[in-house]
Amino acid sequence: MYDILVIGAGAVGCAVARELSKYKLSVCVVEKESDVCEGTSKANSAIVHAGFDAKPGTLKAELNVRGSKMIKELSSKLDFAYKQNGAMVLCFDEADVGKLEELKQRAVINGVDGVSVISGEEARKLEPSLSDNVKAALWAQTSAIVCPFEMTLAFAENAFANGAEFRLSTKVTGISKNGDTFNVKTDKGNIQCKIVVNAAGVFADEVHSMISSQPMKIVPRRGEYMLMDKAAGGLISRTIFQLPTKMGKGILVTPTVHGNLLAGPTAEDLDDKQDVSTTKHGLDEVKAKGSLSVKNIPFNKVITGFSGLRAVGDTGDFIIEQSDIKGFIDVAGIESPGLSSAPAIGEYVCKIISGIIELVQKDNFIDTRKGLVHFFDLSNDQQNELISKDPSYGRIVCRCEYVTEGEILDAINRPLGATTLDGVKRRTRAGMGRCQAGFCLPTTMALIASKLGISLADVKKTGAFDTDRRQDDE
Amino acid sequence: MNKYDLIVIGGGPAGMAAALAAKKAGIDDLLIIERDNVFGGILNQCIHNGFGLHTFKEELTGPEYAERYADMVIQQNIPFELETMVLSLETTTDAMKAVTVISSKRGVQTLYAKAVILAMGCRERPRGALNIPGFRPQGVYTAGTAQKLVNLQGVKIGKQVVILGSGDIGLIMARRMTLEGAKVSAVAELMPYSSGLKRNIVQCLDDYGIPLLLSHTVVDIKGKEKLEGVYIAKVDEKCQPIPGTEVYYPCDTLLLSCGLIPENELTVGAGVMIDPRTNGAYVNESLQTNVNGVFACGNVLHVHDLVDFVSEESQRAGENAARFILNGGSESGKTIEVKAGNGVRYTVPCRINIDNAPELTHIRFRVTGVYKNVSIILKSGDTELMRKRSQILVPSEMVDLIIQKNKLSDIDDTIEVFVEEVQK
Repeated sequence: MYDILVIGAGAVGCAVARELSKYKLSVCVVEKESDVCEGTSKANSAIVHAGFDAKPGTLKAELNVRGSKMIKELSSKLDFAYKQNGAMVLCFDEADVGKLEELKQRAVINGVDGVSVISGEEARKLEPSLSDNVKAALWAQTSAIVCPFEMTLAFAENAFANGAEFRLSTKVTGISKNGDTFNVKTDKGNIQCKIVVNAAGVFADEVHSMISSQPMKIVPRRGEYMLMDKAAGGLISRTIFQLPTKMGKGILVTPTVHGNLLAGPTAEDLDDKQDVSTTKHGLDEVKAKGSLSVKNIPFNKVITGFSGLRAVGDTGDFIIEQSDIKGFIDVAGIESPGLSSAPAIGEYVCKIISGIIELVQKDNFIDTRKGLVHFFDLSNDQQNELISKDPSYGRIVCRCEYVTEGEILDAINRPLGATTLDGVKRRTRAGMGRCQAGFCLPTTMALIASKLGISLADVKKTGAFDTDRRQDDE
Repeated sequence: MNKYDLIVIGGGPAGMAAALAAKKAGIDDLLIIERDNVFGGILNQCIHNGFGLHTFKEELTGPEYAERYADMVIQQNIPFELETMVLSLETTTDAMKAVTVISSKRGVQTLYAKAVILAMGCRERPRGALNIPGFRPQGVYTAGTAQKLVNLQGVKIGKQVVILGSGDIGLIMARRMTLEGAKVSAVAELMPYSSGLKRNIVQCLDDYGIPLLLSHTVVDIKGKEKLEGVYIAKVDEKCQPIPGTEVYYPCDTLLLSCGLIPENELTVGAGVMIDPRTNGAYVNESLQTNVNGVFACGNVLHVHDLVDFVSEESQRAGENAARFILNGGSESGKTIEVKAGNGVRYTVPCRINIDNAPELTHIRFRVTGVYKNVSIILKSGDTELMRKRSQILVPSEMVDLIIQKNKLSDIDDTIEVFVEEVQK
């Protein structure tokens, strides 16, 4: 019997679990995939939005502005990659300059500092690769880029260190309530708890409907992206948006926090909540619209394309509330700016829960977390010290991203460690470079197989395991 | 003790041949750096035969070919370090080359050399770079990665296979997967001609009844977690898929053999100019790059189809590097440009120092398409230096033109290699 069960280990679910782990509560997170950060959290623009875009008075506005400030602070406490690089919203038509002014007004009302409207010429002075057709731009200095994998992992690991349990490869199949106790059915047995937090992303409506009779509809809105080689990463230094339309924020072009160049996303409403395929028309649109903003984007240096599904609710705002069922809290419709809002959503959910049960702060909450060593971020002396202590840091496995065997072993062995190739990739960047794991795949497979005690052929790229591979350790 | 006359980066066929040649030419103070734990590079996973016909006049497997060279390296007492990777290459103010390496033994350390030979080989073009739409499931591999998994690690990667691209590794893997009990449904090739050697098409596809679909490509990949199938469509003359021609091929494995890319990130960091046509360095007749004392050979310079040509080329790089070290590296003299004319995609070298040129200079190149019954012509202005008839020229087979030094003596500034239709 847990006090609280969080369904879904994306950025939001993990942020909620971390926030809850500050209190004297028993907390458990269930996730149908074998790793955290497997849904929308792993395939998005990786932007921490400044907060000028959301309509004043909405939860989106409130939580985005709060979240973006929290992420900046958490990035150093919880050791994940974050860079405040600033953003521009481009306007290509003199007639639309007024819309930039409106955005600036929104920024003021939402409490976002450092936002100004600049001319096309000023914009090009800051970013020489911008299109000659840019007439004016909104410049938001507090916009940032983040590693969404590391951020989600950091929340999860920190929650874990503070006592939260994680049940991975565990899919919720039904929910019932008996008195004050929820009985949550999963494919790995039943779980009892007092409070349920539904953070199931694009599946939040299905989880909601397992217990509530009130209607909820989440539409998966696909966004396709193209990621370019680090050799292209220096083309621009700020995140470049186009003036938003009804279908989203247009195609953005941005450096990533690791130095690649990213263009996307498209916006296409689907029926299939697992359709993360890319399409020719989608990738063509990314190229065409991305090129409106930035000149000479080297699309011949694309190293991969991918799709993510935004969880679009039917209210236009985040749905974060106790449902008609007491103790069942929906955290649904977390589309953009969901990533930016995640830690603030965690706080907000705690506030809701404090109205249901009494929350007592722990006095031994650990508020820092040490991430994986990124060997090539260390100084030469630190590198040599590490190699002399552990020779596996002297062996490079991923040549493109310079990832050492030591880092991969750490990714596999640490709490909530990786059990799949994609899990190793998200933690270490092994396989994320220009050869896309061509060279390191066999070695990474062997390291995972050895840890899990399985054959090489059974090492998975991604996805749930039938049994929990980690139970041996516990 | 971090100073050497010569450092050879890479212990594959190119690096070993270069080191052996340099040693033979009198360089004793040298070091081979290899990132793997054995010599041989990609040859180790090439367990099929067909290697060494030119070099050893017999047919060897890849590991056997590698072993012959590795044995010679050990016999000659050439120093080497395995499981060591070069992180950066720079030129210091005193014209020494600074080679920063990492290994468990050394940690991160900078070594210095008078000359460096680049012999790092190439990598495969991955799925992401091909922009194939669809899902990203398990079961999509580059052909070489699959080859390593199957041949060196004993992994059974799949039962029903489609191969995109007709590069040699893809063709070899079509046969290999068939021998492993898998069904290879098709090899799709975007171009109207194969990018692999004729003998591999015959021995690896035709002999096993595997269809080669020219002017076809994969347009969609199905399967959320595991690969379930691919759609293959015909393409038009501009290599664009023709709507309505898609055919579904169920498969659990898709192998990609869509080109090899010389691995030159290190090279670029050293200030070496890269030829966009080969993705390798611009070199002169000595296989020296624009950075004095930095030589390149093998697949890091341009992708070869036969290892025998790699060994021969690398031997020249080793000899030239030795000469550079022993002569103190002066490179004066008259230099002419080698231009790729009609039908020629690139040439290696792209410039020749006439005073330094050996008795016989090799000019290697690939043609841009399939040419039947043509002449290869080497011309300087109006003067024809060489003419060679050819029944057939294909992009997959590298051409090696050998020109005598005396023919180059009166050249002003440029020679051009081109393909000309034979007048009937």
